[in-house]
Amino acid sequence: MKNKSLVSINDFTRDEHVRILELANIFEKHPTQRILEDFVVATLFFEPSTRTRLSFESAATRLGAQVIGFSDASSSSVQKGESLRDTILTVSNYCDIIVMRHPKEGSARFASEVAKVPVINAGDGANQHPTQTLLDMYSIRKTQGTLDKLNIAFVGDLKYGRTVHSLVMALCNFNTTFHLISPLELKLPSAVKIHIKEKNLTYHQYTDLQEVIPKVDILYMTRIQKERFSDPLDYEKVKSAYVLRNSMLDVSKPNLKILHPLPRVNEITTDVDDNPKAYYFTQALNGVFIRQALLAAILGVVD
Amino acid sequence: MEKEELRKELKVSAIENGTVIDHIPSRSVFQVIKILNLSEYQNQLLIATNLDSNKMGKKGIIKVSNKFFKSDDINKIALVAPSATLIIIKNFQVTEKRNVEIPDYVEKIVKCFNPNCITNNEDILSKFTVIDKKELKLRCHYCEKITAKDNISFRE
Ligand SMILES: [Zn+2]
Repeated sequence: MKNKSLVSINDFTRDEHVRILELANIFEKHPTQRILEDFVVATLFFEPSTRTRLSFESAATRLGAQVIGFSDASSSSVQKGESLRDTILTVSNYCDIIVMRHPKEGSARFASEVAKVPVINAGDGANQHPTQTLLDMYSIRKTQGTLDKLNIAFVGDLKYGRTVHSLVMALCNFNTTFHLISPLELKLPSAVKIHIKEKNLTYHQYTDLQEVIPKVDILYMTRIQKERFSDPLDYEKVKSAYVLRNSMLDVSKPNLKILHPLPRVNEITTDVDDNPKAYYFTQALNGVFIRQALLAAILGVVD
Repeated sequence: MEKEELRKELKVSAIENGTVIDHIPSRSVFQVIKILNLSEYQNQLLIATNLDSNKMGKKGIIKVSNKFFKSDDINKIALVAPSATLIIIKNFQVTEKRNVEIPDYVEKIVKCFNPNCITNNEDILSKFTVIDKKELKLRCHYCEKITAKDNISFRE
């Protein structure tokens, strides 16, 4: 993985995904190791995302790296109309790796072609957010002891949710059985379903959440956004149908864990938070270890 | 093409050396000119449209003197005029005839239909992989979104 950019989850192979998860496990046990003291990490956030930026900066700092960058475009030369190409070319003179978030889709791919150093995509518009996918995979593996042959349910907006698409694609390498629960308007796009079929895996589609709960090892909840509906009445109809309440979990398997990419709005009621099956806050913490693993592997200090 | 038909076309005006692009749907003639950047062309260029055609009802023909397109260029025509045929003329003789083929990759000419794509917001060449030649679906190399037949448009 040395010097390889990570723009889309599929830029890395199945074996590379597994290796990142193994490395993350090591960093979870020993989070502070000064193995990146000779390196400079640039975090370029063309749009603000405090959560993701702090997670990357914490990862870099714990490994002893120096961090430079900006946290939103208004505080940088971008505001003066500099092109993305020029910003990336300039910054790549000052650092060994670029972590970037940008509101336009495809920006990270373009940056990876222009930059002299590898690029990690920390979100390009509605397109890709591969470090989220890896931390989701890490959370699943950690809570279930394996990634193989699990029953995984995706709930909510399966049409527009980029985290769902990337995670489904990645899990296709691990013999997952998919349970897809969404309103009819927000079903998983056929391109992603074709990918599942190509891997000879099974998916089931549902509109009712409760019937699926006893069958699955992981419940991956997502937010349904009002702006996805042309008719506000349609939104009102579906919004309460995909809310997880603690009482619904009585019939769940003992190993079930609930994941959510956060921020949550109202799709998981707060009475679920104290249930040991709720994993969404720990899930976010795992992001630091994944990002440590990626920085170390791409900078070539670990194999 | 029948000899008789070919003679009829040559009657429009024969070219000594160059390329004839035949069987263009009439509505696509000007798009083909744009794709091949022919509006800047300095040699003899003959454009005819709304001609009667047995095969297509109405068709257009473009004759480009002293120009032999690279296959990459010519394959772009297939995006707007998959029915087009190419005739290579040397010394007033037809030396080659072939259909156009949709290429595997398309660069520069097509506009990504996603308004939030980086190629529509910065000065960046567009690049696509053709993932479905029959239905004509292009996947943007940058934003990964699919631009399909019905929403293909061309860059200025
Ligand atoms: Zn695009």
